[in-house]
Amino acid sequence: MDLGFLTIAGTLTAIRERQVTATTLAEDFYRKIAAEDGEIRSFLSLSKERAMEAAAKVDALAAKGAPLPPLAGVPMAVKDVLLTRGVRTTAGSKILGNYIPPYDCTAVSRLEAAGAVVLGKTNCDEFAMGSSTENSAYGPVRNPHDKSRVPGGSSGGSAAAVAAGFAVATLGSDTGGSIRQPASFCGVVGLMPTYGRVSRYGLIAFASSLDHIGPFTHSVKDAAILLGIIAGRDPLDSTSANIPVPDYAAEINKPVRGMKIGVPKEYFTEGMDAEVRTAVEDAIQLLAAKAGCEVVPISLPHTPYAIPTYYLVATAEASSNLARYDGVRYGHRSRESSTLSEMYRRSRDQGFGPEVKRRIMLGTYALSAGYYDAYYLKAQKVRTLLTRDFEEAFAKVDAIITPTSPTPAFRLGEKVDDPLSMYLADIFTVTADLVGVPGISIPCGNSREGLPIGMQIMARHFDESTLFRLGHAYEQARSAA
Amino acid sequence: MKVSEKDVLYVADLANLELTPEERTRMLRDLNSILEYVDRLNQLDTSGVPPMAQVSDRYGVPAKSGTTRFEYAMRADELGECLDRELALANAPESDGTFFKVPKVIER
Repeated sequence: MDLGFLTIAGTLTAIRERQVTATTLAEDFYRKIAAEDGEIRSFLSLSKERAMEAAAKVDALAAKGAPLPPLAGVPMAVKDVLLTRGVRTTAGSKILGNYIPPYDCTAVSRLEAAGAVVLGKTNCDEFAMGSSTENSAYGPVRNPHDKSRVPGGSSGGSAAAVAAGFAVATLGSDTGGSIRQPASFCGVVGLMPTYGRVSRYGLIAFASSLDHIGPFTHSVKDAAILLGIIAGRDPLDSTSANIPVPDYAAEINKPVRGMKIGVPKEYFTEGMDAEVRTAVEDAIQLLAAKAGCEVVPISLPHTPYAIPTYYLVATAEASSNLARYDGVRYGHRSRESSTLSEMYRRSRDQGFGPEVKRRIMLGTYALSAGYYDAYYLKAQKVRTLLTRDFEEAFAKVDAIITPTSPTPAFRLGEKVDDPLSMYLADIFTVTADLVGVPGISIPCGNSREGLPIGMQIMARHFDESTLFRLGHAYEQARSAA
Repeated sequence: MKVSEKDVLYVADLANLELTPEERTRMLRDLNSILEYVDRLNQLDTSGVPPMAQVSDRYGVPAKSGTTRFEYAMRADELGECLDRELALANAPESDGTFFKVPKVIER
């Protein structure tokens, strides 16, 4: 059984037809992880007891010939910012090095209720802050396509695990591009749903108005299946939308003939990487020629202001969300402190890495008296302008296609000394987070050096169906070509 | 706007971070570089533009007359389940079984 390209449907068939048991499948994946993840480092913790228990439950059902739940036996992994009760969760930080959550993330509970086997927790940039996974306090993740390069970030571990065949699918989180960009670098599908589509309960908060949970998969269909399972109102997250969840997987084959695809000129600039441009333009042309879509040039004029807006809004919210890490109730506590104040300051300075401290400082500054109007409030107004760009665009088109990232995966160490250059890697992804629209990254080719290139499709709020239909149509057209 | 060393100390104080001298130097450099870049937002005229703090401000549940905007997020004020004390204290760096223990707060 080729673990590398197993899909959800493939897994269910194999288990239903007794070609393999959920238990042996989980064991096979663990063997592969043990043999090959030493170099890649996509996993931070393995949850063997929990996984084997889940597998045994599925096998009991299969043995009786009872109907199987929709993810029965599917080996998965989740980013270490998603809380798993009883299983160490670190957020990629030393400040939570020994933290054992007392509750589960809703998205993870829903996966397990559907029969998924969660193998472990994947590596990520500390508190989801980064675009390369080089900010993990536990060492970087290497891109399975070229181990001298980054897998992208912050969900680098989750993306790499799927690319390397260590899990059939994984969950990650996206605040500025942290699902889509690593999906693009690792040659897998990565979906960021509409803000509020998936509950954030149990997601360690980075920026509460920008955080999203979403899946990494081998195919668009698998992403549709997973969204159907994790999406929906959760009373434990008051920002989760009370909007019905369609049967995404069933709608995926609906024809896309006549759909209007917007191509924004601001994302195809002079001097951009020629191979990325060609790969994405070819993909758009394929959809026009084979799937009958109409290509419409559009403009998203405020695009150049998205990164500065993001780095004010996100860091301000982060400075507030990370205030809870004070050494009092959980996490690292500095032992040499004799006063409460010293304990707060030293625990935090010792436990947080440099990027986290940088963002907390920037966010605190942007919110401080005298600077709030010039920075944070200003950024919130630009956020409205960015939203208006999209509203105007979606009055003319049904979907927007852009490259996911300006370049393929860069080398480890290439951008670590220049934070600003690292921030600019997010240039095509941050707007969707600010505006709240859903976005998916789909592999659309490789560079001459064999590095994956991804195209990003964005759609209206709560219109993930369009993303899946277009993505699926592209995959079909591509394999027929 | 340029950040000074005094600003770095003040902000670190607000953020409850005790930075080492090397960290302070680096932070001064990084903050200035980022803020200089972020300054380009001032190229935009945002007079009369409402700020947007929450995406769901724009597409939340349509308001019905007689209800508040956040009606959908409300529930009855009834006691539900609470986290078991033992579980709540399980990750405590120091506790006496009832409370979290911390170093004394110095009185001024």
